[in-house]
Amino acid sequence: MLLKTLTQINGVSGSEEKVREYIKKEIEDIVDEIKVDKIGNLIAYKKGTASKFKVLLSAHMDEVGFIVTGYNDDGMIKFSPVGGIDPRVLPGKRVLVGDKGLKGVIGCKPIHLQKRDERDRNIKLKSMYIDIGCDKRDEAEKLVALGEYIAFDSKFKELGVDCIKAKALDDRAGCAIIMELLKNRYEFDLYASFTVQEEIGLRGSEVVGYQVNPDIAIVIEGTTCSDVPDVKEHEYSTELGKGPVLTVMDRTALADKDVLNFIYDTARKHEINVQFKKTATGGNDAGKIQRSRCGVKVASVSVPCRYIHSPSSVMSMKDFESCKSLMEAVLTELDNNNDYILKMLNGGSCNV
Amino acid sequence: MFETIKKLAGSFGVSGSEEEIREVIKSEIEGKVDEIKVDALGNLIAVKKGSGKKIMVAAHMDEIGVMATYIDDKGYIRFSNIGWVWQYFALGQRVMFKNGTVGAVFYEQKLKEMKDLKLSNMYIDIGAKSREEAEKKVKIGDTACFVGNTVMEGNMVISKALDNRSGCAVLVKTIQEMPETDNEIYYVFTVQEELGLRGAKTSAFGIMPDMAIALDVTDTGDTPECELMEVKCGGGPAIKIKDRSFIAHPEVRRLIEDSAKKIGIPYQFEIMEHGGTDTGAIHVTGGGVPSGAISIPCRYVHSPVEMADITDIENCVKLLKQCLKG
Repeated sequence: MLLKTLTQINGVSGSEEKVREYIKKEIEDIVDEIKVDKIGNLIAYKKGTASKFKVLLSAHMDEVGFIVTGYNDDGMIKFSPVGGIDPRVLPGKRVLVGDKGLKGVIGCKPIHLQKRDERDRNIKLKSMYIDIGCDKRDEAEKLVALGEYIAFDSKFKELGVDCIKAKALDDRAGCAIIMELLKNRYEFDLYASFTVQEEIGLRGSEVVGYQVNPDIAIVIEGTTCSDVPDVKEHEYSTELGKGPVLTVMDRTALADKDVLNFIYDTARKHEINVQFKKTATGGNDAGKIQRSRCGVKVASVSVPCRYIHSPSSVMSMKDFESCKSLMEAVLTELDNNNDYILKMLNGGSCNV
Repeated sequence: MFETIKKLAGSFGVSGSEEEIREVIKSEIEGKVDEIKVDALGNLIAVKKGSGKKIMVAAHMDEIGVMATYIDDKGYIRFSNIGWVWQYFALGQRVMFKNGTVGAVFYEQKLKEMKDLKLSNMYIDIGAKSREEAEKKVKIGDTACFVGNTVMEGNMVISKALDNRSGCAVLVKTIQEMPETDNEIYYVFTVQEELGLRGAKTSAFGIMPDMAIALDVTDTGDTPECELMEVKCGGGPAIKIKDRSFIAHPEVRRLIEDSAKKIGIPYQFEIMEHGGTDTGAIHVTGGGVPSGAISIPCRYVHSPVEMADITDIENCVKLLKQCLKG
C-alpha cells in the first residue's frame, strides 16, 4: 500500500532524500519530464493533449522531527525540534537517529523526582534528551554526529473499521494522492511538485511557484482535526469521516474564490461530501505559490488528521479515498470546462 | 474629494473579496488611462503609457473585516478576523456581509472578566432563529466589513475603511486630473494588503518598476494620552521614513520632500512603530525597487470610526502629482 510505504520512510525537513528517491522511482515512467531542483523539490511534468493552461498539484515531502544539537556528559543526546511539535507529547516516545536509524527514546526527569511546581508546569523541550543507551559523552559522539536528523519511530497500523495510525500523514497523504493522479493524462499541462521544507516555513514551494509559473495550483495536505473531547464544536477545525477539507482562509493564504467554488461545485456534482475548515490558523505551500511571480490562483484540499505533528496521527481511509476521488473529478472537470477556465484566467498570464 | 471618499469607503472590499470596490474604482477611472487590467490575484492595474521611467503607485483597496467560520443550531455565527481586528473595537459593532445582511457582534455573557475577551468567545447575531435560516443569508467563508458611514465633522472625515480608501481616493483623483508626465505610470489598487502585502508582491513582479510610491494611512500622535508619535492630523501629508515593513529609499524620500517644498504644502515625517504598507513587498521585488510612501495621518486606525483631515488628503493629491512629474 502506497500510503503505508510513504509514511514508513523518514524525511524530516532538510533531509527528504529517501522520500524523494522513492517517489521519483515510482512516477518517472508515467510522466514526461522529471527533475530535482537546487533545493531538493521534485518536479514532474505531464504534457497536455491540448495545452491551454498549466495546472500544478503540490504536496510536501518533509515531516516534522528533530535535529542533534549536542551531547551531555552522561551520553544523552541534546536535540532541537524541526517544525512545530508540542513538547507535551514527547516523553517516552521512540525515535530513530540519523541515516543509520539508531534507536533512541526521548527521556526527561521522572515524575517522582520532580518538585511540586515542576509537576504543575508542562515539561520544557530544553529539559528533555534522547537516550541512545550510551553512558559516556565520547561513546555517544562516536555513534551520532552533530546535525543528524531524528525522526519519530512509529509504525503504520490499521485502527478500527476504516482508520489508520501513522507518523508523517502530513503530508505523505498528499504525496500519495498526487502520485495516483499522475497516472492520467489531461488536455491541460499537468505539473506535480513534491516540495521540501514546508514545515519550517514553506521554503521549497517558494521556488517551485517561480519555476513552474502555473495558472492554477492546488495544494493537497494533511490538515488539523480537532473533533475531540473538551473542544467546543465551533472550534473544531475539521471532523474525521466528514470528507475532504476545503480551506477558505488560513494564516498564509486566502483561496482563490473561482477555484474554490469550482472544486465545491465539482464535489456537489459528483456527490462527494466535503467540509470547510472552521479555523483560520496554520498554513501551507499555497501561501508561497499564490504569491510567486505575478500571482497564482490557488486552493487547498486536505485530508483531516487527528494528532497531527505527533508520532501517531489518525486518519480515516474513507476521507483519504474521497479526497483522491474529488481531485480526480476536479481534474476531469477542468478538462470539460476549458472555456470557463480560460475566461476565469483572463488577464492572469504572467510573461515576466 | 469628500464625495469620492464616501463612495469608495462605502463600497464593500474585505481582503480577498475586493470585487465590488474594484468595479467602483474602475468606473471612476475608465477612459482616463491607456490600459486597465486585473491580475491573477485581483489587483487592479491602470497604466498611463510614457517613454520615461516606470513608476508604480500603489494603494491597497482591501479593508479589514471578519469571516464566518461556523453557524450553530440557533443561527449564531462564529467568526475569524481578516486582517488585524482588535476584539475590543469589534465588540458591540455592526458588521455587514456582501449581500447586505447586517449582524450585531457580541460576546458570551458568562465571560467574567473583560480582559479574557477574545474573538473566539464572540459571535455575530443576524437575527436568524435557526442554522437553516442563517444559512440562507450567510455561508461559511463569507466575509463581512464593519459598518461605519462616512460623515464630515468640521474639517475631519469620519468613516470605516479610511484605511485605505482615502489612499485609493488620492489615486483616483490623481488619475482623473491626469498629471502631465513622460513617465510610464502604473496606478495599482492592490488586494490583500491587510493579510501581509500579498497583492503588492505579485503586481510589482508583473510591472518591475524603476520606482514605487505607496499611498496609505499612518497612525498619529495627537490624541489624549496616546503613544508618542510626531504625526498629527492637519499637519499635511506624512512622508514615510520607516515602518515595520521597509525603510524609504533616501532618494525617493528626497523626491517627495522636494516636491512638497516646490508646491508649498505643509508636510511632516513619519516613523511608524507598528504596521507596514505595500512598499514593504514592492521594494524587494526583482533586483530591488527604490520605494517611498506618502501617508495620510489617520486616527483610530482599524476601527469603524477612523478619522482623517480632508485638507491632508487633498494635499496628498497635489503632492503625488508633483512627484510623478519628477
